[in-house]
Amino acid sequence: MSMPTIQQVYFSICAALAVAGAVITVLARNPIRGAMGLLLAIGGMAALFLSLSAEFLAAVQLLVYAGAVVVLFLFVIMLLGPDAHTPRDKSVAAPRLVAAAGALLVASGGIATILFWNGTGRVPAFPPLVPGPGSVLNVEAAIERASGVTPAKLGTIEAMANEVYVAGLVPFEIASALLLVAVVGAVAVARGRQGEGPRRPAGEKSGSPPAPIGAMASAADAAAGPAPARRA
Amino acid sequence: MIHIQHYLVLGATLFTIGAFGFLTRRNVLVALMSIELMLNAVNLTLVAFNRLHAGNLALVAPGGRNLHHGGQMFAFFIIAVAAAEAAVGLAIVLALYRLRRSVRTDEADQLRG
Repeated sequence: MSMPTIQQVYFSICAALAVAGAVITVLARNPIRGAMGLLLAIGGMAALFLSLSAEFLAAVQLLVYAGAVVVLFLFVIMLLGPDAHTPRDKSVAAPRLVAAAGALLVASGGIATILFWNGTGRVPAFPPLVPGPGSVLNVEAAIERASGVTPAKLGTIEAMANEVYVAGLVPFEIASALLLVAVVGAVAVARGRQGEGPRRPAGEKSGSPPAPIGAMASAADAAAGPAPARRA
Repeated sequence: MIHIQHYLVLGATLFTIGAFGFLTRRNVLVALMSIELMLNAVNLTLVAFNRLHAGNLALVAPGGRNLHHGGQMFAFFIIAVAAAEAAVGLAIVLALYRLRRSVRTDEADQLRG
């Protein structure tokens, strides 16, 4: 048994962190602990992105997931207070689901291995980043010949921008529209109907306890005659 | 050597853990976090495939519309969609809590016939 290479050590540590974080996320009784597990899993996966020469995506992963999504989860958990904690969280169907999940895992791992082993014992290696046959640099040279500009290194922000804003321009704009709609929808859903109560005519005593909607509407109609139409 | 299978098996493992959490937990917050885990596992797979095919000369098109970062671009958009999904999902959690004073999925049965 030879010494593990630095890549193997790095991959093993990051993969162990990601799996441990995922298990904590799924199994933690306290949702705050679950959010911390999610943070650990996201950090581990961002570190794995670095090993796949996706530096920009690793940064985006940390910014968006660790910086925004997990913090949003923590905000909601703390807003709900102790009610976010659901103690009786046992499911009767759990053993069957454990079996199904294990089968799914084994099947997917087996399919991945079969598909990429080719039956020859030869595993397709990642193309090298140094000059040589099959190198990533050959593709970058071909891009330079085809387009006339020198491409940036694989996975950098400049190289990503040259493709997101050229080949992926329409999806990028659609994503911006999606985010806008999501923000408006999230605000509308989270605010609820508190701004839509029946308008009281001026002079009526405020501070009365809320009545059923039908009773309140009829009372308002009787008091003010042509009341402004309520929004549906 | 670290090969693509390592990343694929890790991605499958993380996706399975996320699917397990989504199917078994009754806490909406944990279910949403499990969805994030599954999306992240898919991202890892996409980036690994992007790295595997980064030396493929067939992905270079004349005129500059090459797809040297196709998998990373997919992962980029998945991150955007996941952020939108988390925002809307947590808003729905707040609305559900206002209605039922609970975040358990089996209490959200208003649409049951």
